[in-house]
Amino acid sequence: MDTLLELADVGKRYGNGTLAVQSLSLAIGEHEFVSFLGPSGCGKSTVLRLIAGLSPVSQGTITWRGGAPHRDAHALGFVFQEPTLMPWATVFDNVWLPLRLAGRPRAAARAGVAAALANVGLAEFAGAYPRELSGGMKMRVSIARTMVSRPRLLLLDEPFAALDEMTRFRLNDDTLALWQAQRFTALFVTHSVYEAVYLSKRIVVMAARPGRMLADIHVDEPYPRQAGWRATARYNALCVQVSQALQAASAAQADAGAGHG
Amino acid sequence: MAERGEPGRAAPGAGGTPLVRRRWVRIAVPLAAFLLALAAWEAVVRIAQIPHYILPAPSLIAATLRDNFGSLLPSWLYTLKITFLALLLAVAGGVLLALVIALNEWVELGLFPFAVVLQVTPVIAIAPLIIIFVPSTTAALLLCAWIVAFFPILSNTVIGLRSADLNLRDLYRLYRASPWQTLRLLLIPSAMPYFIAGLKVAGGLSLIGAVVAEFTAGAAGKETGLASRILEASFRTEIPKMFAALVLVSLTGIAIHLAFNLLSRLVLGHWHESESRGER
Repeated sequence: MDTLLELADVGKRYGNGTLAVQSLSLAIGEHEFVSFLGPSGCGKSTVLRLIAGLSPVSQGTITWRGGAPHRDAHALGFVFQEPTLMPWATVFDNVWLPLRLAGRPRAAARAGVAAALANVGLAEFAGAYPRELSGGMKMRVSIARTMVSRPRLLLLDEPFAALDEMTRFRLNDDTLALWQAQRFTALFVTHSVYEAVYLSKRIVVMAARPGRMLADIHVDEPYPRQAGWRATARYNALCVQVSQALQAASAAQADAGAGHG
Repeated sequence: MAERGEPGRAAPGAGGTPLVRRRWVRIAVPLAAFLLALAAWEAVVRIAQIPHYILPAPSLIAATLRDNFGSLLPSWLYTLKITFLALLLAVAGGVLLALVIALNEWVELGLFPFAVVLQVTPVIAIAPLIIIFVPSTTAALLLCAWIVAFFPILSNTVIGLRSADLNLRDLYRLYRASPWQTLRLLLIPSAMPYFIAGLKVAGGLSLIGAVVAEFTAGAAGKETGLASRILEASFRTEIPKMFAALVLVSLTGIAIHLAFNLLSRLVLGHWHESESRGER
């Protein structure tokens, strides 16, 4: 498997002195589905922002395939915790945005936008405004907007955290279906052990204060994964293993807190 | 992806529109209340036999307005000219300066104190000085009206331009949007609700500024507005004529208010919470 990007000794310290991420080294392969799991404040979202170039690293390097330090603007997609749609624009115009910013006129983008909306089951909602949609539908629009430019790397920052359990399960399946169909690399931030195990090839468990990697767990379960897999002993065993790693992360965080106290 | 069965658009008219939200009710109720108040006023004046030089009845005010409309019309048009020119200049200046301030904090540091001084100093206190310094009465009145209308536009537009969702800003950065694309597609639409709120305030203030400045100037002659007609009528104890001029000022204010409410509905109605009338 080719490496898509590599983080070498990456650290991030904010202006107020908070060390958000410390010495993170990680290689992400092409077509991987990697989840970042950890308690609040462990730097999961910060790692995504560093990779996206939305925040500069304080130390270390992030290297893309072929050693290129920079990435193509449309090689990368970002799905935020909130749908982050433009409320004044229709669903079509929201999904068109990445292509529009790249200079693609509406007519030329029409087929691509329609396909992206069809992929998330919202083909008939192109003319709707975000306020007319449910939370799950808004998140689908957000995913369609990200996918319309066919990114090689998709960064998802707790995208389903605010949704109800059933919608979340459906969107987990939808995300996996898109990932398998379009063969992008996915980096997924979540608080949920169950979601991380269900979706991922790899789970990076992080501890807070400072944010650092404690475990890199491989989930050797073939895809496609169906909802029935959630009821298997193998799934439960993996959840236990990841939960234990997460508890260790919390303990490490408590120790760090006591040490500082 | 298969059909999800998630809730989609709410079924229109499900359960019926509440009576208080029906269009005809929203027009008829305030109109009825207004007519009722006029009737009460008329009744009180007639029953108590209040002299017209103290409080004229609405019917007398209407008759006076009809009889004097020819002489009041040029003054009304003059007040309208000052009001709308001041508002136009306030919008142009306020939006332009807001754009510069929103894009450059140094400009804000340098210019905002002047804007605040203009805002917090009552126009009635500055007006005599302006009338001394500016040779043309029309230009002086325009400047006074502009001063009071300018700040709400500037302040609201700056806040609006800065209120764009941070994640959307990140998204635009991620897709390497040009500054012009970010301004046109993100910052201006984000600022629109704030700008329109400022416009509603500035619309009323520009009229107030135009009238107050003319009172201070005590202008006379051909190029004068409704404030001068009110002053004239006051000197001659023509109270019904004072009221007639006042009615025209009020009608202008009401028209400005309704026009900007309509604008707000047209621009924001399809997406912004402030114009949401539908059932959730």
